[in-house]
Amino acid sequence: MPGFRSRLYRDDAVVLRVQKLGEADRIVTLLTRRHGRVRAVAKGVRKTSSRFGARLEPFGHVDVQLAEGRSLDIVSQAEGIALHGPISTDYPRYTAASAIAETAERLTPVEREPTLRLFLLTLGAMRALADDERPGSLVLDAYLLRAMGVAGWAPSLRECAVCGERGPHRGFSVPAGGCVCQRCRPPGAANPAPATLRLMAALASGDWAEAEASEPPIRRQASGLVAAHLQWHLERELRSLPLVDRT
Amino acid sequence: MYEGAIADLIDELGRLPGIGPKSAQRIAFYILGADPADVARLASVLKRVKDQVRFCAVCFNVAEEERCRICRDPRRSDEVICVVEEPKDVIAVERTGEFRGHYHVLGGAINPLEGIGPDNLKIRELMLRLRSGEVKELILATDPNTEGEATATYLALLIKPMGLSVTRLASGLPVGGDLEYADEITLGRAFEGRRSLDV
Ligand SMILES: [Zn+2]
Ligand SMILES: [Zn+2]
Repeated sequence: MPGFRSRLYRDDAVVLRVQKLGEADRIVTLLTRRHGRVRAVAKGVRKTSSRFGARLEPFGHVDVQLAEGRSLDIVSQAEGIALHGPISTDYPRYTAASAIAETAERLTPVEREPTLRLFLLTLGAMRALADDERPGSLVLDAYLLRAMGVAGWAPSLRECAVCGERGPHRGFSVPAGGCVCQRCRPPGAANPAPATLRLMAALASGDWAEAEASEPPIRRQASGLVAAHLQWHLERELRSLPLVDRT
Repeated sequence: MYEGAIADLIDELGRLPGIGPKSAQRIAFYILGADPADVARLASVLKRVKDQVRFCAVCFNVAEEERCRICRDPRRSDEVICVVEEPKDVIAVERTGEFRGHYHVLGGAINPLEGIGPDNLKIRELMLRLRSGEVKELILATDPNTEGEATATYLALLIKPMGLSVTRLASGLPVGGDLEYADEITLGRAFEGRRSLDV
């Protein structure tokens, strides 16, 4: 098109997904700081001579320059800020990062809608997994709980989800929206251990000292409730969640 | 919009990986204008590839018999298995001339985002091969990218208790690339300098 020049823009982003395209190209799904979720073509990156192939790997934090395209944007430059490479050399953390990336993608159904809070949350979770300072499984559950908060459907962990009565309560019902008091308790509500709900509250609020003091059976129960709550709100199941290695 | 056979052909071509609607249309019209003998040859080779080519019962490389050419070759060492993602990676490693052992083709890499877990790959079959006891070294030559690295890490952990030597292709292979695009010299060097995986 004469006189047509595609607009360039620059942003930093977490790489959520990388898919092969044709012979040597890739489609990268990026969660950017200011432009929301963006899908872009990275040309020639699978050739080993590519200038920026290594920088556009899943879970990394990158600085990118993109050219706006009709359906997909084109990556014109990419620099690594922190590539979070150690994630791929630890299988449980790799599977946790995959579930985080898929959740971020599913919580941003519309492309190019800015969501700074989700971006910061996703970047923080990937960084925590790469740094290996906390158990990967807890990082994942904390992420899922807070991401559900960004989406507006965090489970209620102290007050009754139905009437708002102050807890702690014993019952937990995914369809009701979290903890339920004796009066509001619907049929089929679960009875998690009180420590499980305390762990979930600690993860949601970032109280790592309390979270890391939890016992493995409590962590497993919390993971189950978090996953059930998440799946209830997502239309399709997350493919990566059953593959998370929580050992 | 097109109708009938040409529309069907555009549809079918458009399903192939890497072919968008425009390319599908271009190829369809090329075929329409091509020499009938050329088209007949293409049709017959498409049919033959599905009828005759299958996956080797041992290593899952492409084969025209029950076992592939490499598995049938008595001159190759039974002590080393090189694990790759795809049959085309076998060809890339063969090109280096550095490797005289056998292969195991996983059929991809572990990729939870695409719903691919260990059970979807030929990992169980690899474990069965290793239990035969003849294998002394396993070379993990999955792609030098995140999924390939994670798959190698998973396999190394799984195989560790069996007490065989597990090595990974040396660095020098550019991260993010496909093994099949590595040139012979770089890939050959990566083979020579393969390092033990400590997990
Ligand atoms: Zn109530
Ligand atoms: Zn074979």
